[in-house]
Amino acid sequence: MPGDTLHINNRAEEQQRYDAIVIGSGISGGWAAKELTGQGLKTLMLERGRNFEHVKDYHSASMNPWDFAHRGSETVQQRKDRPVISRGWGASEPIMDYWADEKDCPYTEIKPFNWWRSYQLGGRSILWGRQSYRWSDLDFEANKKDGWAIDWPIRYRDLAPWYDHVEKHIGVSGSMEGLPQLPDGHFLPPMDMTCVEKVVAERIKAHFKGARRMIIGRSANLTVPIAGRTRCQFRNRCWEGCPYGGYFSTQSSTLPPALATGKLTVRPFSIVTKILYDKYSRKAKGVEVLDSQTHKTYEFNAKVIFVNASALNSAWVLMNSATDLWPEGLGSSSGELGHNVMDHHYNLGASGIMEGFEDSYYYGRRPNGIYIPRFANLFGDRRAYLRGFGYQGGGNREDWSRDIAELSVGAQLKEALTEPGAWSVGIGGFGELLPYHENKISLDKNRRDKWGLPVLSMDAEIKENEYKMRKDIVSEAIAMLEAAGVQQVKGHDKGHQVGDGIHEMGTARMGRDPKTSVLNEHNQVWDAKNVFVTDGACMVSSACQNPSLTYMALTARAAAYAVDQLKKGNI
Amino acid sequence: MNRREALSSVAVLLGGTIIGAEAFLSGCKLSDKKTAGTLDFSKENIAFLDEVGETILPATASSPGAKEARIGEFMKTIVTDCYEDGDHKTFMEGIGKLNEASKAKYSKDFMELAPTEKHDLLVILDKEAKDYQKAKKAEDPNHYFHLMKQLTLWGFFTSEPGATKALRYIAVPGHYDGCVPYKKGDKAWAT
Repeated sequence: MPGDTLHINNRAEEQQRYDAIVIGSGISGGWAAKELTGQGLKTLMLERGRNFEHVKDYHSASMNPWDFAHRGSETVQQRKDRPVISRGWGASEPIMDYWADEKDCPYTEIKPFNWWRSYQLGGRSILWGRQSYRWSDLDFEANKKDGWAIDWPIRYRDLAPWYDHVEKHIGVSGSMEGLPQLPDGHFLPPMDMTCVEKVVAERIKAHFKGARRMIIGRSANLTVPIAGRTRCQFRNRCWEGCPYGGYFSTQSSTLPPALATGKLTVRPFSIVTKILYDKYSRKAKGVEVLDSQTHKTYEFNAKVIFVNASALNSAWVLMNSATDLWPEGLGSSSGELGHNVMDHHYNLGASGIMEGFEDSYYYGRRPNGIYIPRFANLFGDRRAYLRGFGYQGGGNREDWSRDIAELSVGAQLKEALTEPGAWSVGIGGFGELLPYHENKISLDKNRRDKWGLPVLSMDAEIKENEYKMRKDIVSEAIAMLEAAGVQQVKGHDKGHQVGDGIHEMGTARMGRDPKTSVLNEHNQVWDAKNVFVTDGACMVSSACQNPSLTYMALTARAAAYAVDQLKKGNI
Repeated sequence: MNRREALSSVAVLLGGTIIGAEAFLSGCKLSDKKTAGTLDFSKENIAFLDEVGETILPATASSPGAKEARIGEFMKTIVTDCYEDGDHKTFMEGIGKLNEASKAKYSKDFMELAPTEKHDLLVILDKEAKDYQKAKKAEDPNHYFHLMKQLTLWGFFTSEPGATKALRYIAVPGHYDGCVPYKKGDKAWAT
């Protein structure tokens, strides 16, 4: 695989010069590296964690369930080592060390914040959920129409060609639906729904007269092979790393073409401590890097810098790049850096049992589910809160872990459990959080990480609009499942701490005015035009769709602009 | 299956949509305390747990039972490495309690019972555990038999004999078909 020829530069010389530096190697960092090297720029990609090679390092990916000593469960020791990850569903034997080391890298919670970090090459592109949805103008115009926060400086037409560009490269399976709130894209063939999902989809469509729809999820898994990658084998073990390259990750999709240009250098174990700003040229001249293993400091210089360290860490890098000109950090002149933290609602929905359909089953393990696009506050629908939500879910037959109350122990129990159980149907909401200036992160200068660097302090919470929406997400989930004939429907809301959606956004937002935003319409830092931030930090609102596809499109768009501006000598 | 359910079922490699390891380890709380009491997994105890497991999921004409899945060893591993203090204590004391229940009912050690006696005893303990779990407060300890039964089901159906002989296991399905015919008696997918 191309990934095997990774250029690892562990002995980089001080003052080494590149055309471009990319901070971070995750979903957006990989895209920045691919686009910049593709345009001929000699690029340095800095990753704070270890190297993590495609296929070779997916150590558990071909093991059978019984090959795991703890059958996938995390151990007490693993829970102690990673208490934040162990609060949620991400704690799991095979991938536990894919998550950041919480002892070395602590953070402060003024308010509870569940921060799921992966510090290794590829970042969370290895672990992500792969759901890939376009935004529409209903999302880009939302702030303006509501009068909330600030307007997005771009519209759908600005991003549409970049969605095309990204989808063609990564491969997104999905169905064409013609829904205005969820634009269609360049899809690979859709995955199949289960028999019961098909029925539920028909009934929802009929009951709500087409105003609500249930469609197959749009997932960055290959249903046909593309560009040297094998198609999805339907093992549903993506997050252990896919030996087939069946889903999008930096390793499977953006790194190989970037490396193939011969222009990319990847340097792992490289913590970017600050962006070096030159006040005479009013541009950044490079970055300072702390080698996490040797504790030595290096300086790398470049004409253009892409900040793709993930929303909160990108803000950290900017905040830690204070100068006497901007004591609160590079890009802080508007007073918005680190503010407007957003995420998505999560941990709530409804489920029940669909009686009948005992003569049908499915083959294979689909790494995808169904999607119910937004309907609240759209097309004449009005709610007592702003914005909306979507659902992800599915209908599958219960397995041996179901509770058979009437069976005790013995042969009858065993025989019953060797057959599939009833059809269980569940949907879970992903909802929009509004940007609030007071939801913020900042540097906690009283607390240091393993390398003596100040840690982040989280101070964000959901508010009245969000609480109202949460109630509605549960009651609408119940109503829809019942309308579809699902029985014993139960709603649930396990509560939300910011971070649970793992869609952190907003800490260096784009805008039209340097007084109220950190970045302009091309993701350039207003205060340093050769610095681009194109991960979740740049988001102005959160919409309710999974955001990664939009980060990729924004990154590709910004990279093209950066190259153009370099050629014109403007940056 | 939603995205997170999909991930969590991958995580525990159970393939199920409902229960993850979390449910099997219910009642666990993070604690810095050292393990209370000793975890005495002697050969005798492993054999005892094999027998308990085999009684819960016995070998039948169509597939092997929990003993072939080395369920006693599995319980040892999970209880030792994944259980927290409260469940350690409950589980280890449970071995003695189960034997006491055997002596009370049959005046014999559990290991001395005939298969039907073992079965009848565990039916009683299963009912006792179900009633207890239903009534207990969240902070109350689990019933030992509740833990033993969960571990047996989990350990057996994710073992090689359980997954490949009692259930159907295909490591690499290769494609996906959302709607295929099913007839009573066809085995469920292991994952």
